[in-house]
Amino acid sequence: MEHRPDPDELLKNIQSEENKRGRLKIFLGYVAGVGKTYAMLEAAHQRKAQGVDVVVGYIETHKRAETEELVEGLEILPRKQVEYHNVTLTELDVDGVIQRKPQLVLVDEFAHTNAPGSRHPKRYQDVQEILSAGIDVYTTLNIQHLESLNDIVAQVTGVIVRETIPDRVIDEAAEIEVIDLPPDELLVRLQEGKVYVPDQAARAIQKFFRKGNLTALREMSLRRAAERVDDQMRAYMQTRAIQGIWAAGERLLVCISPSPLSERLVRTTRRLADELNAEWIALYVETPQFASMSSEKRDRVAGILQLAEDLGARSYILSAGSSMDAVTQTIIEFAHKNNITKIVTGKPLRPRWQELLRGSLVDMLIHKSGDIDVYVVTSSDKPSFPAEENPLKLHSPIYRYVLSLFLVALATVTGFFIGGRIEQTNLVMLYLLTVVVSAIYLGRGPAILASLAGVLVFDFLFVTPYYTFAVSDTQYIIVFVALFLVGMVISQLTARASEQAEAARQREAETAELYDLSRDLASSANLESILHVFKKHLEQTFSRTIAVLLPEENRMVAYAISDNLKLNDEEMAVADWVYRHAEPAGRHTNTLPAAQLRYLPLKTSKGVMGVLGVGKPNTANTDLTSAQRRLMESFANQGAQAIERALLEEQNRQMVLLQSAEKLQNALLNSISHDLRTPLVAITGALSALDENHKMDEPARNALIENARGEAERLNRLVGNLLNMTRIESGAIKLHREPGDVQDLIGTALEQLGKRAEHHQIKVNVPANFPLISMDFTLMAQVIVNLLENAIKYSPEDSLIEVAASLVDSKARLQIADRGAGIPFEDLSRVFDKFYRVQRPESVSGTGLGLSISKGIVEAHGGQIRALNREGGGTILEVELPLDK
Amino acid sequence: MTAPNQRVLVVDDEAPIRRYLRAALGAQGFAVYESASGEEALQAVLSHRPDIIILDLGLPDIDGIEVTRRLREWSQTPIIILSVREAEQDKIAALDVGADDYLTKPFGTGELLARMRVALRKQLSVANEPVFQSSGLTVDFSRRLVKVEDKEIQLTPTEYDLLKVLVTHAGKVITHHQLLRQVWGDGYDDMHILRVNISNLRGKIEPDPSRPTYIHTEPGVGYRLKV
Repeated sequence: MEHRPDPDELLKNIQSEENKRGRLKIFLGYVAGVGKTYAMLEAAHQRKAQGVDVVVGYIETHKRAETEELVEGLEILPRKQVEYHNVTLTELDVDGVIQRKPQLVLVDEFAHTNAPGSRHPKRYQDVQEILSAGIDVYTTLNIQHLESLNDIVAQVTGVIVRETIPDRVIDEAAEIEVIDLPPDELLVRLQEGKVYVPDQAARAIQKFFRKGNLTALREMSLRRAAERVDDQMRAYMQTRAIQGIWAAGERLLVCISPSPLSERLVRTTRRLADELNAEWIALYVETPQFASMSSEKRDRVAGILQLAEDLGARSYILSAGSSMDAVTQTIIEFAHKNNITKIVTGKPLRPRWQELLRGSLVDMLIHKSGDIDVYVVTSSDKPSFPAEENPLKLHSPIYRYVLSLFLVALATVTGFFIGGRIEQTNLVMLYLLTVVVSAIYLGRGPAILASLAGVLVFDFLFVTPYYTFAVSDTQYIIVFVALFLVGMVISQLTARASEQAEAARQREAETAELYDLSRDLASSANLESILHVFKKHLEQTFSRTIAVLLPEENRMVAYAISDNLKLNDEEMAVADWVYRHAEPAGRHTNTLPAAQLRYLPLKTSKGVMGVLGVGKPNTANTDLTSAQRRLMESFANQGAQAIERALLEEQNRQMVLLQSAEKLQNALLNSISHDLRTPLVAITGALSALDENHKMDEPARNALIENARGEAERLNRLVGNLLNMTRIESGAIKLHREPGDVQDLIGTALEQLGKRAEHHQIKVNVPANFPLISMDFTLMAQVIVNLLENAIKYSPEDSLIEVAASLVDSKARLQIADRGAGIPFEDLSRVFDKFYRVQRPESVSGTGLGLSISKGIVEAHGGQIRALNREGGGTILEVELPLDK
Repeated sequence: MTAPNQRVLVVDDEAPIRRYLRAALGAQGFAVYESASGEEALQAVLSHRPDIIILDLGLPDIDGIEVTRRLREWSQTPIIILSVREAEQDKIAALDVGADDYLTKPFGTGELLARMRVALRKQLSVANEPVFQSSGLTVDFSRRLVKVEDKEIQLTPTEYDLLKVLVTHAGKVITHHQLLRQVWGDGYDDMHILRVNISNLRGKIEPDPSRPTYIHTEPGVGYRLKV
């Protein structure tokens, strides 16, 4: 089959160039003392000479003079001080490095474990964050720290290395340089004291530095590097789209169990996958028994899956029924769906007879695998396999056993009464019935007990010779065996049926919960209610405290949060990290595990919408089960999509607003051009008339002049209004607050109105000793003028306009009440909108700016303005201003 | 109306406004001089020795407040400020450094002439006439007696002092700051006390306090006793 460059692969290559992630170079040694740090520093100096901005993030010189010399001349970033058990430890300062943003940073000891309380438990995670920030990293590593080689190293050297790093981290390295030194030379260096050996570990180290060990380790590191070269070659060919011997598209699947051997299984698969250059997947099939397993075992499954991921696999958990058949079926289906070519599984550890009795998964897999190869991996040494759950352990509560015995007793009593009248063999039916009933309603154990007891009692009481367990007729043996088998089979079937029913019920419950959530989310109108619904559902389903955080101006804000939950700055920082990296972090994760909550990114195809924080359970439950975790992920997906939808709707609304703002602008232009021109026409007309017609009589001339002056004043007011409007809208309005006398205010407004108010009766009522109100006198006078003008405009001549001041709830209330036509109810709230005018006869002029400006001014004072319909007809315009404290 | 050949200096950078003022004031018998900038105005005051200056606040070089301050260093020539409605703070600043009165653009010729008349009168009369009388309000300084429509009004000492300051500057605007200083003394800056006393004073002398006829409010600036 011809392999063409996969378009996805090419795209990935282009993207990896675009993303500009930093390049990682690893100086790989096979043991301490080969000179990795030295080589790294030399390389750094070379780069620096080429003009690269190099800084030292973390270097351990171990006081070796030659190394220290090399550090000189390089910029050294300060380390981060971490306080732990009253000891100050120094660690790599990740934020410091990212802030400094050099082109290249040196970080020694890649496999180092950080002091507790650091952001990441491991230094390689720090390095990954630095790489994500686009900074190149040089680092050093000894081969024994590599996860997949961990057990081999242990086998070869007898030393178990605790600080390990996942293989995928190495795979991501752009370059690996092997720092090699023949073992003999190394031993000489060791003797000369040139190798750093911590005093307390001297003996162990001595043991480690045997020539045999060193040779083995050296071989491992060289082989590893050689494999890398292969990989790089292939990668090169892929980027250049060179046709060549492309690796066959192998895909491996390793099936794991809670057994500790699974760890070896995983490592073996990784090596196999490496040799085949294959992708690999780790799979755990969860049966209904999983829920009843000890938490230790469940943790082990999670740990093994995590290990597989660390080693570069993708991991999956699927659920299936409890029967071997169902498990096999699930594995095979998954394998077909994922184009798996090889399945790796462990050699069964059970004795052969058990296998014959219960069937063997390996056999079934081989039987059903079709064209998929099945690799059965064994372990050389006898594992300290913890005993399976005690087979004698009662599966059902005691009372069920008692009940089954009671049923047998009942059958026996019945047998005594009717024994004389029916065939003896038919008596067996009574016991069969007992067994069936026990199997269906009481479970397997009670059924087996019932069949045993039934057989014994029947034999003892009803089979000759009576009152002994001896059997004279061999046909009864068949009856006994049949009774026993029926009990087994029925109880097995019932148990499976009920398990399936339970599983179905659980799935149904999950589906129902998801459905409820999606229904409630769909019916939520806005972001706020979506977040509320989301939070509430999560709280109910998982009984945990929940926080939903969304980004706002470069920081995260908790938009919905459980009542008793408070997030401090550190928690917020974790949430922020999750948002920026789109990866989970916090409790029970590898990033910032010290956090109180576990944080999940709310991802959609458009990116990260926000972050979901999940707190400790309300009840004394432990970590989430995998089923719960999956459900939570589904919840998170639903939530993220709903949030995205709400945000899109919000954008849409903004758009509509923008469009209506445009409409408004057009209205403004029309209105202004009309209102500006009208007075100009009157003025120009008057002036030209006065100029041309000298014989105009005195009253006509005066009328003309009076009209022109009135129009000029109107024009002036309009310009003032437009200026005020602009200032309010641009937020440039500045209040000069002073204590102001309301009576004076109204008086000033009336004076400013002048002749415009002369056709109405205006009654002012300000109580004596009315307190002074803090206000901008000039602007508030403008408000009163505008409100009075409005009242004058919309009420008949000679009608009464009442202006009253009162104190209501620590507010000063000013009311301007007219006896005009009033405002249609639906327009009451809109009269303060810009350019809004209630549809009125032509005679009423004005831009509709006055009330809008008044609203702006009153609100700038922290007050409120509203329009009410007056009892008995007319309108009340009401202003409320806060009183001074 | 005024003594013939009184000299007026018009300082405004807008030529149309200068033209309008030249025409309007010339018709009233004033000799009109014009300046288009602050520097020019300072020179013109020296060379033409005007009897009154009409000064726009928004000038291209030095602003009107600064022109007023510099003029007041050596000249007591009355100054009337022209400004727009939005510049209360500038008006107050100009009045506080010694301008005599202000007018908000746009203004009528009648208004301007009335202001000029008041400003010029200060120069003419020594204001030490013992009795002030204007449209129903009588203040007898020698006897500290206040009457409205021949009815005697009892005022507190503060209210009397307040009225006295307003009356001695009748027709002219007095800023809040000036009033406070002249009635309560230097360093007093309590708007509250001023508002309350004005309100009380109005309650006693105004026929309808919500439409005052004597004490007129200049919004944001101060008060003026109408004559």
